[in-house]
Amino acid sequence: MSRHTLSVLVENKPGVLARVSALFSRRGFNIDSLAVGPTEHDDISRMTIVVNVEELPLEQVTKQLNKLVNVLKIVELDPSQSVQRELMLIKVKADAESRSHVLELVQLFRARCVDVAADAVTIEVTGTPDKLEAFIKVLEPFGIKELVQSGMVAIGRGARSITDRSLRALDRTA
Amino acid sequence: MTERMTGAQALVRALEHVGVDTVFGIPGGAILPAYDPLYDSTKVRHVLVRHEQGAGHAAEGYAQATGKVGVCMATSGPGATNLVTPIADAYMDSVPIVAITGQVASAAIGTDAFQEADISGITMPITKHNFLVTDPADIPRTIAEAFHIAATGRPGPVLVDISKDALQAQTTFSWPPVMQLPGYRPVTRPHSKQIREAAKLIAESKRPVLYVGGGVHKARASAELLRLAELTNIPVITTLMARGTFPDSHPQHMGMPGMHGSVSAVGALQKSDLIIGLGVRFDDRVTGDLKSFAPYAKVVHADIDPAEISKNRHADVPIVGDCKEVINDLIAVIEASGQKGDYADWWTLLNGYKKTYPLGYEPFEDGSLAPQYVMERLSAIAGPDTYYVAGVGQHQMWASQFIDYENPGTFINSGGLGTMGFAVPAAMGAKMGRPDATVWAIDGDGCFQMTNQELATCAIEGVPIKIAVINNGNLGMVRQWQTLFYDQRYSNTDLQTTRRIPDFVKLAEAYGCVGLRCERPEDVDAVIKKAMEINDVPVVVDFVVHQDAMVWPMVAAGTSNDDIKIARDMAPRWESEDE
Repeated sequence: MSRHTLSVLVENKPGVLARVSALFSRRGFNIDSLAVGPTEHDDISRMTIVVNVEELPLEQVTKQLNKLVNVLKIVELDPSQSVQRELMLIKVKADAESRSHVLELVQLFRARCVDVAADAVTIEVTGTPDKLEAFIKVLEPFGIKELVQSGMVAIGRGARSITDRSLRALDRTA
Repeated sequence: MTERMTGAQALVRALEHVGVDTVFGIPGGAILPAYDPLYDSTKVRHVLVRHEQGAGHAAEGYAQATGKVGVCMATSGPGATNLVTPIADAYMDSVPIVAITGQVASAAIGTDAFQEADISGITMPITKHNFLVTDPADIPRTIAEAFHIAATGRPGPVLVDISKDALQAQTTFSWPPVMQLPGYRPVTRPHSKQIREAAKLIAESKRPVLYVGGGVHKARASAELLRLAELTNIPVITTLMARGTFPDSHPQHMGMPGMHGSVSAVGALQKSDLIIGLGVRFDDRVTGDLKSFAPYAKVVHADIDPAEISKNRHADVPIVGDCKEVINDLIAVIEASGQKGDYADWWTLLNGYKKTYPLGYEPFEDGSLAPQYVMERLSAIAGPDTYYVAGVGQHQMWASQFIDYENPGTFINSGGLGTMGFAVPAAMGAKMGRPDATVWAIDGDGCFQMTNQELATCAIEGVPIKIAVINNGNLGMVRQWQTLFYDQRYSNTDLQTTRRIPDFVKLAEAYGCVGLRCERPEDVDAVIKKAMEINDVPVVVDFVVHQDAMVWPMVAAGTSNDDIKIARDMAPRWESEDE
């Protein structure tokens, strides 16, 4: 099994997320992570889906996704040719004594402290899954009270855009 | 030109514009506004069925007999959920239908309102696409899109769910609307490089076989298939969904492959060095155990749905495209190259299978009726211009095996989903689409009891179909598996219909149909002829057959095609004919 990052451009319509996620479960594929959001074009949303599958099932799921009427385009992003990021908010126990240690780690990981209370701090950190995992590991000894993490978002490196051609398709029908 | 009208009027007008002449359905609360303008339509005939499942299967039968999109209509909640089975059936067999359902008013959606069901959510995995419409202005465009999606590419069911307030509200209507389907672009033109690659494999092959599926008839490509087959002299096998696409009487026809396929067809696949799959999906009922399926064969796989290619069996040459274009392009390349295969040894082997292991059955010594004999006589008397419509089970397999199909699309049945109760309403739909043709439904006594209320519809609407109930008193196919795999422990398969509960003759009469009964082989011809003579009302013939008749040959589920049995514990001898 290997991890694959799919960027899926979809029409910005109600129910599209349900169609995509239902397709994955119906065809027996597990989604590691999924993030959806708007793009530079109002009519297009972009999903970043991380799946852990072999080459052949990946081809099958891509073809099945392509059959969804609301799916405009699917691109697999190679990790070496793309920027891939997750966002995590993490609430760590930190009293007067331990706070400076925690803040030191925040700096080392180029994270940000976004909220401070008497006995805890909330930290915002972005990065690859590896970095986030490492960050969690170093914070664990202090006591993690709460943690929330986004799905991965990813974009190809260089000047090319994957949305250009899909936009033209939309314009034609408009 | 734009006109002011209600959403419901816009719906009916849009249906008229896309060419709908028949709608099968039942009204109810949420869809009620649509039934008012439908009442006035001179172009659309609404057929009031007795159960929404019947409406769905009728739409399927209509679609398969005509090649047009079938239409069914139901109200919200239970009306819509009763359509789920036919929608799933149409999805599995790629039948173009549009299901129109009423939905509760948009303000009530999500509140568990009376007769509310999330039918677009429910049918998401069994439709090619579906829509929820809450704005009356969207109705004409959505109808145009639904029919376009259902009919093009790989055909399939599309559901349009319309809220009651959208049907009631005023809107403007103009035609044609502009479709907005930027993500829907089916590929129909095959890639010329792939065609050349396929022709190359064909030239190199010593044991090729054309494995023909439902996609060839859906592409209306039987004539092209015949040309390709005769040009290349390659043997042809036709799947359950393709019976009739290539004439049974043609010497190159090897029969149906699969779990109940002929030895010659199954052998042609297993011994082949090249499978040319056209509009097929390498379904488990055809391949048996995948690992041992056609072990020596390379595969050329052409289908309009890219997701079917290499889904179950790796394709050495994948071709995405419409089968008609694929076959025409193949013919052009093969003719231009002048290539001619030498398949003399291959034909000797296959003709040997065909001669040694023809389809057959043993008559019963007690003089009771063999179901296979009924099929043979039906085939002989009703002939190849008749449409035969079967449900699922033993009767379906016998109908496929023992009726000779010469014309494409003349065998309509529930293949992929295996839906009991398909035959009667689908035959009704087929007859309405082809009023001049004879339509025989072939049904089991189990299947028949699931949807026979549509006999009322047939009788009242003047749809004189004929129904052969193959009555063995049991859920026959399940019983066959119990005989073979469950130590003859017949758990809950005995319907006791041979005790005449119900009496199918009386049942037919109660529904305003003619009821006939046949229990002995010597009466079969006379009964069929009598049924053929009645053309003003539907006819039900209760063929009371022996309960121990079994479907052979058989490849047991999950086993290898190589282990096909021609009768219980009897395997063909592959080796003796080999090499």
